[in-house]
Amino acid sequence: MEQLVIDVEGLQQLLDRLVQQVYEVIGPRVRHGVVTLAPLRSVSELPAGLVEVQAPGSYRLEPMETREGVRPLFVHRVGPESWRHFLHPPAELLWCAERKDGHLRIHPRAAEAPRRAFLGVRACDLAAIAIQDRVLAGGAHADAGYLARRNRLFIVAVNCTSAADTCFCHSMGCGPEVKEGFDLLLTELTGGGEHRFLVEAGSDAGANLLRMLPSRLPERGELEERRRRLRQTAEGMKRSLPPGAASVLARNLEHPRWQALGERCLACGNCTSVCPTCFCSRMAEKTGLDGTRAEHWRYQDSCFNAAHSYIHGGVLRHERGSRYRQWLTHKLLHWQAQFGTPGCTGCGRCIAWCPVGIDLTEEVRMLGEVAA
Amino acid sequence: MVPRVLRVRECIEEMEGVVTLVLEAPGHFAFEPGQFNMLYAFGAGEVPISITGDPTESGVVRHTVRSVGQVSHALTRLRPGMELGVRGPFGRGWPLERAEGGDLVLAAGGLGLAPLRPVLRQAMAQRSRFGRVVLYYGTRSPETLLYREELAQWQGADIEVQVTVDRATPGWQGHVGVVTDLMQPGHFDPGSALALLCGPEVMMRFSALRLQELGVATGCIHLSMERNMHCGVGLCGHCQFGPKLVCQDGPVFPLEEVEPLMKIREL
Ligand SMILES: Cc1cc2nc3c(=O)[nH]c(=O)nc-3n(C[C@H](O)[C@H](O)[C@H](O)COP(=O)(O)OP(=O)(O)OC[C@H]3O[C@@H](n4cnc5c(N)ncnc54)[C@H](O)[C@@H]3O)c2cc1C
Ligand code: SF4
Ligand code: SF4
Repeated sequence: MEQLVIDVEGLQQLLDRLVQQVYEVIGPRVRHGVVTLAPLRSVSELPAGLVEVQAPGSYRLEPMETREGVRPLFVHRVGPESWRHFLHPPAELLWCAERKDGHLRIHPRAAEAPRRAFLGVRACDLAAIAIQDRVLAGGAHADAGYLARRNRLFIVAVNCTSAADTCFCHSMGCGPEVKEGFDLLLTELTGGGEHRFLVEAGSDAGANLLRMLPSRLPERGELEERRRRLRQTAEGMKRSLPPGAASVLARNLEHPRWQALGERCLACGNCTSVCPTCFCSRMAEKTGLDGTRAEHWRYQDSCFNAAHSYIHGGVLRHERGSRYRQWLTHKLLHWQAQFGTPGCTGCGRCIAWCPVGIDLTEEVRMLGEVAA
Repeated sequence: MVPRVLRVRECIEEMEGVVTLVLEAPGHFAFEPGQFNMLYAFGAGEVPISITGDPTESGVVRHTVRSVGQVSHALTRLRPGMELGVRGPFGRGWPLERAEGGDLVLAAGGLGLAPLRPVLRQAMAQRSRFGRVVLYYGTRSPETLLYREELAQWQGADIEVQVTVDRATPGWQGHVGVVTDLMQPGHFDPGSALALLCGPEVMMRFSALRLQELGVATGCIHLSMERNMHCGVGLCGHCQFGPKLVCQDGPVFPLEEVEPLMKIREL
């Protein structure tokens, strides 16, 4: 694969080119004290020199010491939002119905899918997009809206040169190195105090764009820095999912620990909101006051809501422990049977954003050790 | 993803709150017995409802709906000439081909008779394809008997129809008790029988146990599962039953696939 080096000005030109090609560029931006994903046009809007320090139940944005005198743009890691919020948005109109002169008409939602470029997609989140591709577009019935947005997407990925305490992508085989599924891939380099990016193209569209940027061939030390940083990131990862997690869960579906977990879990659904692979949705009808028009909407849902398992006799997963079991076994066990892939990438968001600090890797470890 | 609009030709009130909708479907609405459609009532929403007609009948599609909430209520309020949205057919149906040449045992509880009706219609039309055909049907009370006239027709077409009610009313001459009471040795050949069950989960669990006791192999028992459903096509996540998506992998499952799951509380 061709590798070229661009500087910060080159990165700005990349943004400008994307904008020229009528992409709306979405990337990491600081808002309300967290790194969110939002439209941006300038490199100066990126969270330079900021890191997202994360632990179970905690997230803080902190300035880092400079790296070799440089304030890196992509050391921050992952925030509460993921690309899923754009590809499978929390609310989506599916169809409009009209009742006139005794006749019913149903129109598909006409809106054009936006042409978007995602900037700064990490390995875990690329894996999450690949998982959602299987769930929402890999079966007999594809989600038309998802597919349209997905087909118009341009992805600028980024290799992680440091990991948060909550990250465990390495043990999931999802990161930290980006391997596939991108148009362009950046690795941020600071060696010798020079701020620059090693860029690789993963598609024709990416290669065409890369050719338009002022670049040069990498030096051996730059390729070495890429390797070294990725190795250090992987080796420095403190968390891991114990091997054989799926079979641990399969053997312990009725373990007393689920009940204990139910006592800690608040069923707030934060984990399902921040998880980049969760896809559950409910449909709801919105009607106009004059009774001639109705809209059929899809809204993000969570298996922690009682209504998720409601059928007329009542709620099937009544206890919080049962709902937590649904979430965890779906991610790490049943997803495989349903979609041929696990449903977790190791991004660690659910650990940081759980208000009571439940850590799924720890729960799997406990279930494995205290066999029922 | 967008529903087709179909017109209601006829509404048959089966009992209080239960209506069979006969919808006009231009051409032939092909489906497998046991499959369902998503029915959309304007302004109310969309819900899964089994297809209950005769698979060989052209020009119409039939559904029996019980009013239990917002959408089902709106569906039972439809009148001839009104229109609704239909998506489907979806899901995996009954493996009827496996009954060929052997006995066919059906067990229905309440509205669970609806998705078995296409099987009965086929059995009646092609009676020689099967050995003995037995229907065990349990319902709450004599007033809640579904498809009353057809029960007699099936009986007349060499189908053994056995009915029981939970509570008798004056004048009821039939059986009172649970549906498993009806299942007795000698009604069918357990070695060749294919059993199809649909009804509340407890009713299916006990029926399966009783049929196994009578000698029916676990591999020859199939049942239709019910779970919350919002999309019908495997995208909304609501119908998960452990590793299964009921709308895609079911609603009809071989007992072997779901028996271990049914034993786990609140799965
Ligand atoms: C495969 C399948 C076949 C079915 N066949 C029939 C049939 O032939 N006749 C019939 O009357 N009913 C049938 N049902 C049940 C029917 O779908 C529910 O009664 C209906 O969804 C209730 O919706 P509601 O809005 O009226 O009630 P509410 O209680 O207001 O329900 C709210 C929402 O929860 C969900 N929901 C609630 N109960 C159920 C349920 N039992 N199953 C699935 N989703 C549910 C729906 O999305 C519904 O819109 C079937 C269900 C399934 C899964
Ligand atoms: S389950 Fe947790 S760690 Fe896994 S992908 Fe979802 S949010 Fe990330
Ligand atoms: S069932 Fe729960 S864990 Fe699985 S996708 Fe839905 S919300 Fe996420």
